Order: sequence, then C-alpha cells, then structure tokens
Amino acid sequence: MTSNASAPAGPGRYKWIGKPVPRKEDAALLSGRAQFIDDIEPVANLKHAAILRSPHAHARILKIDASRARALPGVTGIVSGAEVAEITRPIPSVVKTAIAYYPIAVDKVRFVGEPVAVVVAEDRYIAEDALDLIEVAYEPLAAAVDPLRAMEEGAPLLHDELGSNVAHRRSFEYGEPDAAFDGAEHLFALDYRFPKYASTPIETFGVTAHYLPSPDRFTVWSNFQGPFVLHPLMARALGVPGNRLRLITPPASGGSFGIKQAVFTYITLLAAVSRILRQPVKWTEDRLEHLMASSSAADRVGRVEAAFKSGGELVGLRFNNICNMGAYVRAPEPASVYRMQATSNGCYGVRNIAIENILVVTNQMPTGLNRGFGGPQFFFALERMMDLAAKGLGIDPADLRRRNFIAKDSFPYLCPGGSLLDSGDYTKALDECLRLAGYPELKAKREQARKAGRLFGIGFAVGLEPSGSNMGYVSLAQTAEERALAEPKSGANSSATISMDPTGSVTVQLCSTPNGQGHATVAAQIVAERLGIEPDQVDVVTEIDTQTSAWSIASGNYANRFAAQVSGAVSMCADKVADKLKLIALEILECDVRDILLADGAAQIAGVPEKSIAVRKLAAAAHWNPVAMPERSEPGIHETVVFSPPTLTSVDDRDRVSSAVTYGSVFDLVALEIEPATGRVSVDKYVSLHDVGTMLNPLIVNGQIHGGFAHGFGCAMLEEIAYDANGNLLSGTFADYLCPTAADIPALTIGHLNAPSPMSELGCKGLGDGSSMLTPAAMANAVADALDMKEVELPLNLHRVWQMVQGQKPVPASALAPTEKKADAVVAPGPGVLSGEGETVIAADRETVWRTLLDPDELAAVIPGCEKLTEQGPDRYAASVTIGIAGIKGGYEVAIELKDKVAPESLRIVGRADGALGHGSAEGWVTLAPAGDGRTALSYRYNARVGGKVAAVGQRMLGAATRILINQFFNGLNRRLGGAGQRSGGGGPIGRLIAVLAALFGGGSR
Amino acid sequence: MRRIGGNERHRIELTVNGRSHAGEAEPRMLLSDFLRHRLGLYGTHVGCEHGVCGACTVIVDGRAVRSCTQYAIQAEGATIETVEGLADGERLNALQQAFHEHHGLQCGFCSAGILMSAVHFLKENPRPSEAAVRDMLSGHICRCTGYDGIVRAILDAAGTLKDQTKETIGE
Ligand code: FES
Ligand code: FES
Repeated sequence: MTSNASAPAGPGRYKWIGKPVPRKEDAALLSGRAQFIDDIEPVANLKHAAILRSPHAHARILKIDASRARALPGVTGIVSGAEVAEITRPIPSVVKTAIAYYPIAVDKVRFVGEPVAVVVAEDRYIAEDALDLIEVAYEPLAAAVDPLRAMEEGAPLLHDELGSNVAHRRSFEYGEPDAAFDGAEHLFALDYRFPKYASTPIETFGVTAHYLPSPDRFTVWSNFQGPFVLHPLMARALGVPGNRLRLITPPASGGSFGIKQAVFTYITLLAAVSRILRQPVKWTEDRLEHLMASSSAADRVGRVEAAFKSGGELVGLRFNNICNMGAYVRAPEPASVYRMQATSNGCYGVRNIAIENILVVTNQMPTGLNRGFGGPQFFFALERMMDLAAKGLGIDPADLRRRNFIAKDSFPYLCPGGSLLDSGDYTKALDECLRLAGYPELKAKREQARKAGRLFGIGFAVGLEPSGSNMGYVSLAQTAEERALAEPKSGANSSATISMDPTGSVTVQLCSTPNGQGHATVAAQIVAERLGIEPDQVDVVTEIDTQTSAWSIASGNYANRFAAQVSGAVSMCADKVADKLKLIALEILECDVRDILLADGAAQIAGVPEKSIAVRKLAAAAHWNPVAMPERSEPGIHETVVFSPPTLTSVDDRDRVSSAVTYGSVFDLVALEIEPATGRVSVDKYVSLHDVGTMLNPLIVNGQIHGGFAHGFGCAMLEEIAYDANGNLLSGTFADYLCPTAADIPALTIGHLNAPSPMSELGCKGLGDGSSMLTPAAMANAVADALDMKEVELPLNLHRVWQMVQGQKPVPASALAPTEKKADAVVAPGPGVLSGEGETVIAADRETVWRTLLDPDELAAVIPGCEKLTEQGPDRYAASVTIGIAGIKGGYEVAIELKDKVAPESLRIVGRADGALGHGSAEGWVTLAPAGDGRTALSYRYNARVGGKVAAVGQRMLGAATRILINQFFNGLNRRLGGAGQRSGGGGPIGRLIAVLAALFGGGSR
Repeated sequence: MRRIGGNERHRIELTVNGRSHAGEAEPRMLLSDFLRHRLGLYGTHVGCEHGVCGACTVIVDGRAVRSCTQYAIQAEGATIETVEGLADGERLNALQQAFHEHHGLQCGFCSAGILMSAVHFLKENPRPSEAAVRDMLSGHICRCTGYDGIVRAILDAAGTLKDQTKETIGE
C-alpha cells in the first residue's frame, strides 16, 4: 500500500489544475466500450494476415516454396521478403552504416522470430494454417549472440557488408577527465551487465493497412505510439510523399511504455503487403510474436570508473558502454544510448566525464523505446558506483551523495554534457526520503540482522528524469563533421487544438497518443481552468489522424512528454481561446479587458459578478455573428498552438546539447532481506521520493509512479529476454518471461518534494519513467549490500540470488560459449543442449536386441505419429512424423543416420528434425552388453539441441519431457522383448530418437 | 458429448449477460474469439492466448474462466457474464466505481478480466484481506498500475479497505 507521507504541493490558486480528478477515460474502459485497435474493422472486405517467422537465429534463406499454402482454400495471397524489398526502401537510422533494415528478412534471417513471409487469408485461423504449409529452405549459420563475443575477431558476421559486428563507436570528453583521474586520491571501477528486457504491454501490436492506387496512397490504422519522426521514414520506405501515408490511431491503446514505437515496422510491412496484394489487411500480433520479435530495451555490457577526492568529492567519471542493438540498428536507435549522455553527471556536480559508446549487432531481437529508455542502464552504472564508492571510502552512501549534489541555488544548472537542469533541492529531497524510510532505524535493523547472521541490505539510487526530449540529441551519434553536412535538428514540437462550437461546448485535440496515462482528463482540467468551465464540458480527442491533426515530428507519447511539454501547449492554446472570448465579451461588458475573468461558465467583470455573460453566448456570437467580431479576430473559435521550448537547441560542436525540457528527480531507498536457503528477496521497506514539479493531477502522478516502480521492480527481479548461446529464444510465453504480479510487488511509500519547473508553462515536470530508471539500481545496491558482493547481475531471481549467496558469479546463458557446429550435425554437449544417460536391463539376448533395434520394418509401426518411413540408403532413413501434444499438432521431417555400428555391441545415431514449430538435432550412443541369464544391459546417452518456436515456448518442459520419453521407450522395449506381448510404447532407438525429436517439438502454441 | 466434424461450422447458442445469443463457430474457435469477433462483445480482451495474463477472463456458469483456453463449442448452452454486463445501465456498479475512484486502471486493457475475476472472488469472499486480494490477482498481469489502485479498489468495494490505506492525495 502506498502511504503518501508528505502531502504533495497543490497550487491553491487553481480550481482544477492539481486536483485528483478521477479520469474521464475510465467509464468506457470499465464497461467494455472503449475501442482498441483489434476492436475495429475500418474497411470493408478486410483480410487477415499471419506472419511466418524465422526459427533460426542466423541463416541464409535459400528458397521459399509457398505453393501448398497458396492452394489452401481461403488464402488470398502470400508475400515474401524479397517481394517487399522490391517495392520499398530500407529504413535508415541516424548512424550511417552498411546495414539495410527492412521490416522483413530478405535474403538472410538474423534473429529468431524475424518475419520471413506474410500470409493473407479470409480469416486469422486460415492464415495461420497456411503458415505451416510454407516450406523454407534455410542454410543455418553460426550465430553471434553475446555482444562481447560478437565483437571478437572471427565472430560470425550478421551483416557481411559491415565487415564487423560493431556498427558504431564514438568517444566523448567533457571537461578534463584524464586530469581528474590523475589528480584523484581514490579510483573505483565496476564492470556490469544489464539485461535485455521489455515492458510488454498487455495489448499487443495491431495494424490495419489499406492501399489505394493512382496515385499510391496508404491509410493505416494502428496502435503506434510515435514518435512521429518515424512517419517521414515510413513514407520514404514506401516511396510516397508524407501526405499519402495517412496514419490513424484508435481511441484506446492498451499500454505501450515505449514498445509500441516499434509498431512502425509493421505499419511499413503491412502497407507494402496491402499494396502488393491489393487487399486491405489486418494483423494482430500474438504474445509469442511480441516476446520474440517486437522490441526491447538494449542490454548493455558496461564499465564505469569514478575518481574521488579524499573528502568524497566526485571529480571524474568514465563510462564505457557496449550496447547490444540486436540484429539491426533500427530507428530511432541508437537514441537509447544517447538519451542520458547530456545528463551523465546524474544529480552530481562532477564536471569531468569521458564516455565511449559502442553499438554491437547480435542475433537477437532489435531494440527500441522501452520505459526509461537508456535511464535504467545508465543509473545502474552510476548509482551502483556511488554505493560501491561509499563502501570503499567508508562514507555513508546517503552522505556521499549529499556531498556531491548540485546545490539548490545553482539552478538552472548547465551540465557538462549540455543539459540545462531546471530546478530542485536534492539534499532536502534525499533527507525527506531518509525520514520517510526511518533510515537510522533501518541501519540498526541491519546491524542486528547481521549479528544474527542474516542477510539484510540497504540500497540507494537517486537520479534525474529527463522529460520532453530534444529531437536533436540523437545527432550525438554523428560526428560534428557529419552533423555539419546534415540539416540541423532540435526542439520538441508539441501541439494542441481547441475548438468551441456554437453551443459553447469544447473539443480539444491532442497529438500525444496516450496509452493509459490519462491525457484526456488532464487536458480537460487545464482547459476547464483556463476557460472557467467544468472539465465535464470539455471533450478531448486523443486519436491522431495525420491527415487532419496538427502533428509534427515530436508528436507521440514518450520521454514523459505530456506533462513536460504537451500540457504547456494545451494551456497556451486555452489561453488563446480565453483571450478571444474576453475580446468578444469586451464589446458587451464594456470594460477593460484586464478586468474580465472567466469563471463559472461566464465572462465576468472581476469583483462585479452580476456583470457577466455566459461563455456559450460568446461562442454563439463568434459563429453566428462574424460582423460583430472585434477587430483582428477571426470568426469562429478554433485555435491551434504548436510550441517548442527555446532551450532545446541543436548539438553544439563540442557535443553538448540540452536533451530535455524538464528534469524531475527521484530518490529511492530500499531495505531488504535475503533468505539464504532459497535466494528469496523480501523487501522490508521501499521509499521513492519524487520531484515532479507542479502536479497536474496527483491521482495520475502517483499512479504513474506505482506503475514505473512495478516495471523497475520487474526488471530488477524477474524479467529477462533470454537466449541460449546459439541464439534460440528461451522466453516466448508469459510463463517464461515473468512479469511481476500483485503478489510480487512490495509495498511502496511514495513521497513528494516538488519544485515547480521554470521551463514548463505550468511548472510541471515530466514523470512516469523515473522509478523504472532507479528501481533496478536500488535493488541491486541493496542485494550487493546484503551479500557484501561487488558485482550483482539482474534479474535478481531466486536462482541467481541463490547462486550469489553460494558465492558464485552468475553468467547469462547467452554469454556461454556457443556449441560447436560440425559438418555432420554432431551435437556437442554444452549450454542449450539437453543431455542425458541411463541404463536398463532387457530380458532378451544381445543378438535379439540388436536385430530388433535395427529392424526398419518395425519402426514405422511403433514410431508415434509416423506417417511414412523410407530407407534412403544403407543406414539412412527419412520419416514424416506428426506429433500432437495437448491438442497441438505439428509435422516434422526427420532424417536419421546410423553410424559407427559394431554388431552387436554399439552404435551411434545422428538425427535431425525440421517442422513448422521448430527444428532440432540429436545424437545418441547405445551400447549393449550381456547381463547373464540371457539378458542384455543396454546403456545409452544422448545430446539434443532444439530451436525455433518450441524452444521459445516449451523451455520449462524440454528436459523433463525428454527423460520421460526415454523411460517410456525402454519400458516398452523391455515389454516387447521380455514377452509382455505389447507392441505399443516405443520403437527402437531410432524410433525413440525420432519420437524424442518430434515430441520435443510438440509443445508449440496455437 | 456431441461429435463434431473438423471444419464445419456449428451453431452455438448461449446466454450472455442475460440475453440469448447465437453464432457460428468452427470446433477450434476459441471462446475469446467467438465472444469478440462473432458476437461483437469486444470488451473481453486477449493479451496472451496461453492462459497466463488473465485479460480474457469471463464468468461461465458461475465460474471465472479464461476464455482463451476454452473452445466456443464448450460453451454451448452456457450462461456467460462479461464486462459489458456489469454496469447497471449507464451507472457503473460499485466495483467499477471503486476502480474509477482509486485509479485502478490506466490503459484499461487488463481491466475486464480483473473485474470479472473480482466479481467472482467477492461472491466467494465477501470480506477479503489484502493478502487474499493480492493472491487472487496473481492470476492476472497488469503492466500499468503496479496493482496498487486495483487492490484498493477491490478492498473498498468489499468494505475492507483499512482507513490508513485510504490515502488523501493532493489535499
Ligand atoms: S488472453 Fe487469456 S489468459 Fe491471457
Ligand atoms: S491498466 Fe494497463 S495493463 Fe492494467
């Protein structure tokens, strides 16, 4: 539960602004009336798309045969990547490289889940059936999965044209970092990894694309969240001028947290498909598709170094960031890497900072916007370092931070990297956080716990929340020379349109594409305040239609821009309407315009309430009686404001830029205890103190903080998009990708110490991301404190914490050495490989067992689901197998080879299976030895490797399923040879191997 | 149980929110798809289609079930309650109203499922503790709210919201 210990500052002069007004949006959402993207079919004769996706992390596409799929009744078209590439252009990133990014694989697949072909059919079920009928011949290639390994000499190359997997490398110096390090008394360094995770909105992506020819024109409905800077890129990719790519968003969007920025790739893809097939096409992503191929935060392998004076003064910082972009550098990346750069001093006054950014491409899902966007990674480095240094310096971590805070009288404060911090009192805020937490008592508790041998830790994290991003900061990825050649970029245009109709009712139009943040409610509060009416009288339209909305490149919902930016545009626009109403009123009230105020639905003369005229009459006059309008006033009431803060200039020639308009701040303290036997982390106290400037609606502010905290907590404790060393995705369902539930989230105490911002119209600062940025660092610090360990890796799940309690250093699965790929498909044991061994005694002599094992005629009968078994040559077999598990059927083509036969003693079996649900290979060794009494001891061992959909969704079951199947087989063999007379229950090792391979694939979804 | 051919469509009759409905469905059509795309009851949402997120929860014959893990034909003759049936005309019911007042939703995509689970839960547990509410909610994923407002809303609707947790924000 939240306790709102310090009362938020609410400006008393307002009637509506700053009040906890419950939301306008709720009634429709709570009664099932809200319209989300999958609820609408805006075009007649709509067809439905399903996307065939790569089961391989890295492979060349040799051939796509869609003839069987095309013949399926109900299929209306199939489009391959090559066809899409023919009519589109690659989508560029600000980093100029040889990487050509298309929203579908053209000749090579580079991550599991990458689109390969699109099927369009009368309905979704048929389209998905057809996916299974498309035959794609792949040439699998070795994968580069771990970013560090991908950088090594000789690593498999994702993009041959690039000649390396390093897509970009830039170094920066602000101040004199080398001198600062040379002159410092204490140096600290920390190497860390930050995981790949994603905010996974509960509503997945949805796109409906409609193409019309002569001239080419696309209309696309989608739950894209912006930034609309991607609109020109999409139009260019599709080869049309901007006005012929019309993007429309629905009234409601089911969460985004940045992730729905990546909808743009599917807008482009489905628009191209609609054009090729001349059909309107609807596509709704499923959860597996979302978890394997939408977007994620960029994981990072980093090093941070800090230089301190003996008194604890932080004088220098060095950051080395190796950022994993996934398979492409996809726009707007590498923005996540550069978002925090201008603010890389955090809350501290340090002036000397060196930064090196390296972008690596790997065989993983590409990255993009995700809540906190670069902040969680950055603050993990900085704030882990501060706790570490505090320990090293023997200074209390709160005190060390206090000694280095930017002083409250130095605002506006120009950071070394160029950010202009607006306002704050960091010392007071931290003290308030400590007060709410009861810091001295927590320290005493820790002391006691430690004495009793328990693992209790306290962690801090403090940081800034840059909000309302400068569209120019991404140009930091370019050198000054490159920037000089490009058009300068700056600013953060925000817009609002307000209309008052002849009856005096008000409509506000926003371009902020909310996904649950209550923009309509807050905009109505602001407009009601300015116009002296009730919020209920204000309708707010949040759907964007690029053909009619006053949008610009910064439009959209990201970087906390509503409070920081859009609220200002709404307020200014409402002021324009108010001014006009006053001017009209002036003619009637005959007074000085400065004496007129708008209140209670009327224009009144201040202090003389009986001299008033209703707002609705003024509106009617503007529409009905233009001749009586005051001079220089246009008839009607329809105002638009587009605004960009003047502080957001372009990157200067020393790589400095103010990256945001407002900089809220967050001060977190967590105390927790670890249960050594299980690795379970229990939070004892979590306090998060925020400076969000003026609050527009405290109900929504605290809701955002709770939500951001849950995302930060999930990242800290549970969430990870995991790959094995060969690039197989291991987290394809919500049972594998764990989101925190109500039972996981600890009680959060929220506090406020709000310093109004001089940079925004209403004094508010952006918010929503802050806790998601700081919670991972705070949790890691507390766990490090509890275990007295330097290196802590996220997520802090049971297994990992337990390992750390045992003193082991955990390594992510993707960073282990990949298994060797040898020409004859031998599976070497290693990470990602299922292995097992066992022995059984069979009641038959060795010769009989041997013959039975090798009798191909028996196989077809006993292999589960075997439709066809053909002998391909000596000791080579091919089988078509259909296996269904839990009602889900999948077909596999299986190839088997018997090797190293030593009759009747031993043999080796090598097999490979391929099917729509996955692929795999296995190798088994069987040895027979006499066991007396005419019996035979059979021992076996096997290694199997599985990839594709089944690995992504069935990870938890694979090992156990394999063991169960092996057991079943030997029981069956025993029964058969031992005279139990049953033919069911398994085949020979060949059959068993086939069954194992096939059964492993049976766990696919849908 | 009646045997049904694989690709034929079958007429399904059932009662939803007190009204009888009929629609056609192939045997493999999920109940969630049937409610949404055949009956036009779009208030029930789909977030994972594998039974984890809970967004698709509806009440079938008095039990809260995940409509994404059932086939439509299994609901033949059933009585179903969905989010569309909660409000009393234009008036939100007490639970919906509590969600509104406690900011128990942001994007609202998870809300339909959570409301239906809560309806069923409160029927069985009219005076639940916070722990019990959290335990019930652990079958749902909400990515927006951090669950705080949801927990408070359900407790308030049940009359078991403790006074100290009734925060007074912004006063
Ligand atoms: S959609 Fe049914 S549980 Fe997620
Ligand atoms: S309100 Fe958005 S997922 Fe719950």
